Amino acid sequence: MIRLFMVLILLAVPLWAVEPGEMLDDPVLEERARVLSQGLRCPVCRNESIDESNATLAQELRLVLRERLVAGDTDQEAVDYMVARYGEFVLLRPDASGANLILWLAAPALLLVALGIGWATIRRRAPVDDRLSDEEKAELDKILRS
Amino acid sequence: MSPGSELRYVWRMLTELGHFALILGFGVAIVQMIVPMIGAHRGNASWMAVAEPAATTQFLLVAFSFAVLTWAFVTSDFSLQLVYANSHTAKPMIYKISGVWGNHEGSMLLWLLILTLFGASAAWFGGGLPARLRARVLAVQASIGVAFFAFILFTSNPFLRLAVPPLNGRDLNPLLQDPGLAFHPPFLYLGYVGLSMSFSFAVAALIEGRVDAAWGRWVRPWTLAAWMFLTVGIALGSWWAYYELGWGGFWFWDPVENASFMPWLIAAALLHSAIVVEKREALKSWTILLAILAFGFSLLGAFIVRSGVLTSVHAFANDPARGILILIILAVFLGGALTLFAARAGAMEAKGVFSVVSRESALILNNILLAVSCFVVFIGTIWPLVAEMLFGRTLSVGPPFFEAAFTPFMVALAVALPLGSIIAWKRGGFSRLKSSLTALLVVSLAFGALAFAVQTGRSALGPVGLMLGVWVVGGSLLDLWLRSGRDGVAVRLRRLRRLPRADWGKAVAHIGMGVTIFGIAAMTAWEKEDIRIADIGQRWEVGQFAFTLDDVREFEGPNYLTTMADMGVWRGDRQLGTLQPEKRFYPVANMPTTEAAIRNGVLRDIYVVIGDPQESGGYAVRVYIKPFANWIWGGAILMALGGVLSLSDRRLRVGAAAAKMPKAVPAE
Repeated sequence: MIRLFMVLILLAVPLWAVEPGEMLDDPVLEERARVLSQGLRCPVCRNESIDESNATLAQELRLVLRERLVAGDTDQEAVDYMVARYGEFVLLRPDASGANLILWLAAPALLLVALGIGWATIRRRAPVDDRLSDEEKAELDKILRS
Repeated sequence: MSPGSELRYVWRMLTELGHFALILGFGVAIVQMIVPMIGAHRGNASWMAVAEPAATTQFLLVAFSFAVLTWAFVTSDFSLQLVYANSHTAKPMIYKISGVWGNHEGSMLLWLLILTLFGASAAWFGGGLPARLRARVLAVQASIGVAFFAFILFTSNPFLRLAVPPLNGRDLNPLLQDPGLAFHPPFLYLGYVGLSMSFSFAVAALIEGRVDAAWGRWVRPWTLAAWMFLTVGIALGSWWAYYELGWGGFWFWDPVENASFMPWLIAAALLHSAIVVEKREALKSWTILLAILAFGFSLLGAFIVRSGVLTSVHAFANDPARGILILIILAVFLGGALTLFAARAGAMEAKGVFSVVSRESALILNNILLAVSCFVVFIGTIWPLVAEMLFGRTLSVGPPFFEAAFTPFMVALAVALPLGSIIAWKRGGFSRLKSSLTALLVVSLAFGALAFAVQTGRSALGPVGLMLGVWVVGGSLLDLWLRSGRDGVAVRLRRLRRLPRADWGKAVAHIGMGVTIFGIAAMTAWEKEDIRIADIGQRWEVGQFAFTLDDVREFEGPNYLTTMADMGVWRGDRQLGTLQPEKRFYPVANMPTTEAAIRNGVLRDIYVVIGDPQESGGYAVRVYIKPFANWIWGGAILMALGGVLSLSDRRLRVGAAAAKMPKAVPAE
């Protein structure tokens, strides 16, 4: 739809996410930074991770994240650091706490209910006995022969 | 007055005539909504007969109105506010035309055009329908039309004039000036709006209080067509994102994308359950419910996109008043239909019986998986809104959630698909199929194991994707083969050719699903990325390929300035070709875009992007190797092709009268 373009346009315009200059020399650390930054939302963008975004803020966050990793933070600590500053809004994968349990569990629960109803339907529709009685067979033979 | 000036006068009047046609169409739609419905209720044939000419007239009026608007864009008539805001004289013609629907007002007119086209098609090709049902279907369809006529005329009128026409326009957003996007909205709308036919059939059936096998057969072609168009529309959008956004992402789980994905999932479920209604007269009320929900999700999508309620971080041209109006339309149609459903669904008694292991059960499972997976997308899409309103939590739901919560359903669907599509109707069993299915399973596992052994890294995604792909594709081929009987190969091949188109359509669409699953998994798992600063003349390696930055030039395009790089692609000492990625700047819209250069291949795409010149000299350059990328959209094309094949089956042809149907449908 039209809005799709608009949306993508906004997220897309400058199109430069991770710049060569920002990358860490240590490939292991850089890989961790890439993975983590794909799960962190750019606070001023539309549904875009800081890894993809070209917004200045996203770039700053990428640099901060790398600083934390270089300083020796674990993945969890680095993410917590971001959440402490920007709120849970930055988590692209919402944690399963409190009300978010509904988000995570609603579909599995619905699946169970649906499977239950489905099973009941299937059982209800199962034929009791649809084999032909001798009488019916005889009649069928007569029809077929005629 | 000279003849010339008279002509100019008529010319200028054209816009007013288009506007007038739209208002007239509104009136016709109101008549078509009321008169045939009363006629059907009272059994008055002449009142019912109003529906067909009205549907045709409605379509012709809207088509005229749309043509006038298109003409205004083509001739750059900047006395129209809409043309001024979205066009420019220097724009290539194709984008002048696509600019008609590259904005809110024009896109709503396109929506209405397609809505009335579907209504008219039902009138033209609905000869085989019972008169009463047809009158009711057309009346319900007209009621949807009335809502959207009103929406356009009162909130989104494309024919508003400017008192002083400016000399030139503000141009269409440069990112929209792209062939992929130019035809993305028409396809999506054909899909969204096509589902209105399924909705109208469902509501008409509820009013009649009767659903039978014939109803299933009538509603299926419309659903199939809508689903096909949605498939193409979604694939076009995703393909566009892939090559235009500059890093090869193809799906973002954005609310706007989800808005088109939800109706697609429900329509897919509806397609399958309508088969059960048609062949076995079971699952009737569920099918009706799906038909209502499918269009409900289309309207919800329109609401999400038009209101911007879920995307409000940057409030671009969203208008809350329009959003509220669509919400009212959604509430009236969905609420009304569901109320009717609650009152009448009980009357739909099912006839067919089937045992636990049967095609019917398999299709129930298919429906459960598709419907619940749609629910996952739905709850993930609206959760930020719900969490903020009810729990005061400002949070995001992004791709990691959907990947974790949605993927299992597709895996389950893929695992079940070959089993469900092979098993017999009514009462099936796997004993006869045991050996072939086991062989297929072994082959799939072997492919997966091979991929695991060959790939670098321990990720399971690629191998599992390949395994599922082989399982689904192989299962579809096996299904076809089993349908050809038990004789010699030559006889079976001949029989294969004579299988109904619907069987071929089913197999092709399922193969497409397998191909897409594999493509997504393979590209996600095995992609290689290289970001670096390269000097002109430098050579570097990515995977098994080498790249050289040969030259960077600047020049002027039709309506943009561009920086273009020449990049050599090498495999060892052999040059495979030159890629020319660009960075463009559109001065009128003051917007830069990135044009990635892609070397498409069956096994992989090579995707290069040129970035900014660096202070230290050289340019930022990105290279991606994307294995099996094209398989994603290739699979989508196969799915749509399967739909076309199935649609061309004689048994499904819309005009085919129920009386001509053989009593016993061949087992499928």
